This record gives sequence, C-alpha cells and structure tokens, in this order.
Amino acid sequence: MADLRELYQQVILDHNRSPRNFRVPDGANREARGDNPLCGDKITVYVRVSPDGKLEDVGFQGSGCAISQASASLMTSAVKGMSTAEAEEMFDAFHGMVTGENDTPTLPKKLMAFAGVKEFPARVKCANLPWHTLRTALADAGRTATTE
Amino acid sequence: MTTAAGSTRQGATSRRRFDPETVRTDFPILARRMRGKPLVYIDNAATSQKPRQVIESIRRYYESMNANVHRGVYQLSEDATVAYEWGRAQIAQFVNAPSPAEVIFVRNATEAINLVASSFGDMVVREGDEVIVSAMEHHSNIVPWQLLCGRTGATLRVIPMDERGSLRIDELPSMLTDRTRIVSVVHVSNSLGTINPVKQIIRLAHDHDVPVLLDGAQAVPHGPVDVVDLDCDFYAISGHKMFGPTGVGALFGKRKWLEQMEPYQGGGEMIRSVTFAKTEYAPIPAKFEAGTPNIAGAAAIGAAVDYLQKLDWDAVAEHERELLAYAQEKLTAIDGLRLIGTAEEKIAVVSFIMEGVHAHDIGTIADQEGVALRTGHHCTQPVMDFFGVPATARASFAFYNTKDDVDRLVDALGKVREVFG
Repeated sequence: MADLRELYQQVILDHNRSPRNFRVPDGANREARGDNPLCGDKITVYVRVSPDGKLEDVGFQGSGCAISQASASLMTSAVKGMSTAEAEEMFDAFHGMVTGENDTPTLPKKLMAFAGVKEFPARVKCANLPWHTLRTALADAGRTATTE
Repeated sequence: MTTAAGSTRQGATSRRRFDPETVRTDFPILARRMRGKPLVYIDNAATSQKPRQVIESIRRYYESMNANVHRGVYQLSEDATVAYEWGRAQIAQFVNAPSPAEVIFVRNATEAINLVASSFGDMVVREGDEVIVSAMEHHSNIVPWQLLCGRTGATLRVIPMDERGSLRIDELPSMLTDRTRIVSVVHVSNSLGTINPVKQIIRLAHDHDVPVLLDGAQAVPHGPVDVVDLDCDFYAISGHKMFGPTGVGALFGKRKWLEQMEPYQGGGEMIRSVTFAKTEYAPIPAKFEAGTPNIAGAAAIGAAVDYLQKLDWDAVAEHERELLAYAQEKLTAIDGLRLIGTAEEKIAVVSFIMEGVHAHDIGTIADQEGVALRTGHHCTQPVMDFFGVPATARASFAFYNTKDDVDRLVDALGKVREVFG
C-alpha cells in the first residue's frame, strides 16, 4: 500500500471530503468548464478578476474523482490573490511536477501532496484538469477545457 | 443453443459443470502477475483475452501464408484467400447466417454500424423520417445515427428504460410509425449487462416493415447467436470482444438489403470493372470490402470461433450465471455499494458505485491489487446521466473468470474503504 499512500495523501483525502471554495464567487467575471471525457470528471472554475488583473476570488463546482476534486480545492486556495501571471507560473510548476518533467518545482507545501501523481500516469489528467480549466477561464472565458 | 445471451435461452441447467481452470491455461496472459499479484482480468466487456489458438493462428498466417487475397494466381495468394474466406465461413456458422456472402468483414462493431447507417441509411432515410435506438446504447450506436439524421433531416427517437436498466418495450409500439425507417438496438448492454428482448423488438418492428440492426458486440462472447431465429436484418460483432484479435469485426446483413445498398467505401477489391465513365461493383460481400482487408485478423477470428465452438455452452452459461449471482451477492454486502443495472436478464456484468468514492479512485486502488476493471462512463454517457452518476466501476466476466476473481475484487474494494474511510 506504500504507493497508494503516496497518491492518496491525507491532505488530498481531506480536500476531497470537504472541498474548499466549492461555490460561485460573488461577482465572478470569468468561468470555464473542464471535462475529462475518459472518466467523466466535470468541473467549472469561476474567477473574479480585478481590473488590475488580480484573482480576487476563485471557486469551483462539479464532480469527479478524489484527485481532481482535491486538486481543484487546493488550487483555488493557492491562487487566490495572485496576479494572472503568478497563477500562470504556478500552473507551469504544478504541471511539471505531476508529469514528472520537473523534479524540483517551487510550490506551496500543500500542492506538493500531488507529487505522487506522477507514478500514476492514468491519473495525471485528473490532477491537471482544474489547472487547465483555470487557465482557460483566464485566457478565454466561456470555452471548455479538456484533458484530451 | 442455450446461451447467456442466445436467442433461444431456456435457462436449462447443464448436467456437465464447466470448470474455468480447464481453459485458463489456454490464455497465456492470465498467468501474468500485476503489481506483484496474480492478474485478475475482469474488463472483458472492453476487450477479451486471446487463447493461444488465436495467437498461434496469427503467427501461422504471417509465417506461412501471407499474400494478398483474391488476386494472385500463385499458391500463396490462394492460401491467404482460403484462410480469409475460412474466417468468414466460421463467423457465418457462429451466427447461423444463411450464407457466408452475408458476412462482411469490417474493423469492429463500430464500423459495422457506421456501414449500415451510411449505406442503408442513405438509401432509405429522408427528411422527416425517424430512426429508433434505445436509452442504453453505446456511443457507437448513437453517433452514426445522429450523423445520418444530421445529413438527412431525420429524427432520432429513443426507447426509454426503467430504474433497473430494462428497456420499456411497452413504449415501442407507439414509437413505430410510418416514418420509422430503422430500429437499431443493443442486444446486450455493455455498461448494464442487460439482455434485451430483441426477438420481441424485431417482431414489433417487422409488423411495421421496419428493419432492425442489433449491436451484438457484447452478446457473442457469451454464446453463439442465431440471426435466422432472431430474424434481425443486420447484426454487428467485434472480433476482439469474442476472444479474437483487435481490428477485425463483422456485419451480418440480409442478402436482400446488402444487394440493394450502395457500397460504403470505394477502392480495390470491391469492383467488377472500372472505367472513368462507370464502375460496376463486385457482388456481396466484396462490394463492401474495399482495399486489402485484415487477412490475418479474419483467419484469427475463425480460430476464435473454432475455440468457442468446442466449449459446452450450456455449461458455460451456467458457470457465468453462477459468477454473476456470486458477484452480486458479495458486492451488495459491501456497505454503501449500489449496483447500477439490475435487470432480470443479464450477462455477467456488474456495474456499481460506492458512496463517497469516485469510480476512478476505485480503479486505481483495484489496480494496485492486481485487479483490472473498468471505471468511467463505458462509452454510454446517456446511461450515466439516466442513473445520475458521473461514472461507475464495472466488473465484466468471461468464461475463464472464477469465484476467486470475485473474491479478489471484494478484497480490493475493502482496500478502497481503508483509504477512503
């Protein structure tokens, strides 16, 4: 079970059970839907971006596996208050970590809980889905992100 | 012919018992270890494993018979042609087609349905017409008809189902109108396991002179079918789901339809004569087989049929019924587990969800225990929507599965509870 504990870390199980920011933020002005057609994960990410380009509030709704739900929960907490450029940088670091392309990502400790995902190639898309969806929301509101 | 999904199921109990251990050694992959444990393969509805006889057939073909079919005058080409046509004759026998000419080789069941939706659909469907499918179709029996409806301005209508995953056949008579051009339904559901009352559907449709296509991909792995007894107009099957190789499947079609239909694709093999002014098509089945076919695959599907025909299907059906009953009993005993699809007539497919755990997580944890089962929407998103679930986990059994496989699944689900509490 050693491998499984790497994947299903306590913080991931906790955020799956009680996801943070599972709501539509007041005054949200960006949103995008994300689908993982492989397993049926569906999430919508909402952002309220301030006139000077800050992510004032971030929320999500939808259903999916523990990895995608926890990833969305932790992501929305992590990027709140950032500039779009900072969020973009964090996307790259997170993406690099779960795909195994970056062994030394600079990320908040809680997001490092997803480091184990790289050992489970079939689950990388689950972890990445909320991030792709966030990026779509920031870049081009109304489009659907997909893991495919 | 008494089979789990056969057209003449009588529910008779065989006097001889089927022992899966006697066939497991025929399937080399079943000896593999996965994550340090013996592999439990219960994703047979996605694809079945291949017996040594099928694998050998592919090797034998490429080692001793490989040439193109239906053209060389030399012996090797003749050998390849014989192997290819033998595969066709085997399929014809397995589904009791009146003639091998009514069996068209395709890539898979999906292509078989697309062929009918194109060639037959374009021939008979016009604006304002209707095509009927069911609520439990695989995407492969939805999308080709949507494309046809889009091309022609016809409407797709859907036979509903009930909470157990049985079709509401009582709705069908009122759905059949003088605008209905074809009914296309799944014989056995891949995500629910339901065996549909296809004879009744065909009778009702034929009363209105409406032809019927059956998607038989999930039926033939559980026993031979009889297209004459069913009286279906088309029957689609997939080689890799019936212990044959991937990349080859077959379409049975009644001669009267196949002869009227325009070709599906154009090219070599399917012509009688070609000039720039006009092309005359070859007679069936060649008319529908443009280009060099999957010759090795056709021969190997023949080997798969050969293998299947040696099984005692009464005993196999009984074994599969026991597996289903055992799996349903063990799984329903698990706290918070709900079965999706509890029709009275089912093959050994068990779809389920666990409270508080997404199917995808079940799949990952089961994999760590060496158990290969499918998680997701099983290419039946409308079925998932109907039951209000994003995805299910699905254990689908073949005759080589054992009660021990079920126990290993149950143990794996115990691990799921350990992780998720």
